[in-house]
Amino acid sequence: MQKTYYDPADLKKFGKISDWNEELGAKFFDYYNSVFKEGNLSEREKSLIALAVAHTIQCPYCIDAYTGDGLQRGITKEEMMEALHVAAAIRGGASLVHGVQMMNKVNKLEM
Amino acid sequence: MIKSLHKRESELANSKRQVEILSNGIFQSGDLPKFKDKISETNQFPLKAKKLEILQINVGYMCNQVCEHCHVDAGPDRKEIMTRETMKQCLEVIKNTGAHTLDLTGGAPEMNPDFRWFVDEASKAGIKDFIVRSNLTIIRANKKYHDLPEFFKSHNVHIVSSMPHWTKGKTDKQRGDGVFDKSIKALQDLNAIGYGIPNSDLRLDLVYNPSGAFLPGNQASLEKEFKKALIDDFGIQFHNLFAITNLPISRFLDYLIASENYEDYMYSLVEAYNPAAVANVMCTNTLSVSWDGYLYDCDFNQMLNLPVNSKAKHISEYNEELLEGRNIVISQHCYGCTAGAGSSCQGSVA
Ligand code: SF4
Ligand code: SF4
Repeated sequence: MQKTYYDPADLKKFGKISDWNEELGAKFFDYYNSVFKEGNLSEREKSLIALAVAHTIQCPYCIDAYTGDGLQRGITKEEMMEALHVAAAIRGGASLVHGVQMMNKVNKLEM
Repeated sequence: MIKSLHKRESELANSKRQVEILSNGIFQSGDLPKFKDKISETNQFPLKAKKLEILQINVGYMCNQVCEHCHVDAGPDRKEIMTRETMKQCLEVIKNTGAHTLDLTGGAPEMNPDFRWFVDEASKAGIKDFIVRSNLTIIRANKKYHDLPEFFKSHNVHIVSSMPHWTKGKTDKQRGDGVFDKSIKALQDLNAIGYGIPNSDLRLDLVYNPSGAFLPGNQASLEKEFKKALIDDFGIQFHNLFAITNLPISRFLDYLIASENYEDYMYSLVEAYNPAAVANVMCTNTLSVSWDGYLYDCDFNQMLNLPVNSKAKHISEYNEELLEGRNIVISQHCYGCTAGAGSSCQGSVA
């Protein structure tokens, strides 16, 4: 029996999801590839965004993929860490900003 | 400063051991296909040499640096140096060959005591593109080298220099402490006399190889990043960037094994295999000459001690007819030349 839920080798098999639904799989990968092409944002900027999002959604496959992608593009570890702090700040901020809701409720209910 | 594998008496200083590692393990078990079988899929085996276009001469393994990834295992402790006698034999070939490019490499070629004499003589042969692979820091290493930029200019030498990154941290990690600052100063000196300036005939190109167990990204995008960072931060200009894949031999192989990256790296090379790059791998139009005059299909085969498959084995026996059409000697390190956009001493090939 497989001992862990995640296997690094599975990342390479991502393309296989199309085997069970070719039409939607093809559409997804087509869309995915278009998204990462140079546009108003550079490929480099998109790679950093992907890395930050990967950490926000805590996807080990994406973290693996976009750390490697960043290194290939010459993105430094300092730049990667800065991008992660943006993710962490938004994530932490998102929890904290709900504190306003808590405060509203407390203020409403307390005498 | 780290020591060369030779000085450390590492088992990898033995080229036979390296070839064994590259032939056994994951390649013997069949987990990964051998290079020969891979290129056979597209009927490209045996790889054959075409007409000679680039003559690459390694004038010695001595170097003022000891870079971690060095495929030559070069360093101050290496004493293999080409003699003037062998240089004379090379000159005979240089004068008579139809090759358009002469490419001097090392080690640090400038450390060969006959280097300037050789450049002087070779430049008279009128070869179209005369390259010296200079590591930049040598220019700043010692007073006697400070005038190298002028020397290069007076011989219309095309300079190709390594620069693994546009930041100090990444560069020094791969090439040694202080290398970045010295390289920047050397590049500024070269720019000051006209090297690397747009439209200047004094060619200055940079070589990028990844500082770690990963493949280089797109050459054009990296060139853009390098150009922007070097001009913004240091006012430095250069012509082209060649993105070169690190081949799994010598010190880079040692690093891959020690960091437990060897298997993953070989997987990524095989995964990135591009059959379209095979036709243009550099051994098809290059001949590499070692410090002692022996002939190899490329500088990598030289370091693995895999000599040319021809009756003409030494520069003194050079014979175009014998060498043209020879079967190239290959092993699993060749995957480094065919990954992605391919890799050669002139950068991407596909
Ligand atoms: S990579 Fe070049 S500069 Fe570095 S040690 Fe090897 S020969 Fe010298
Ligand atoms: S390593 Fe040498 S022999 Fe092998 S493909 Fe590259 S250039 Fe050719």
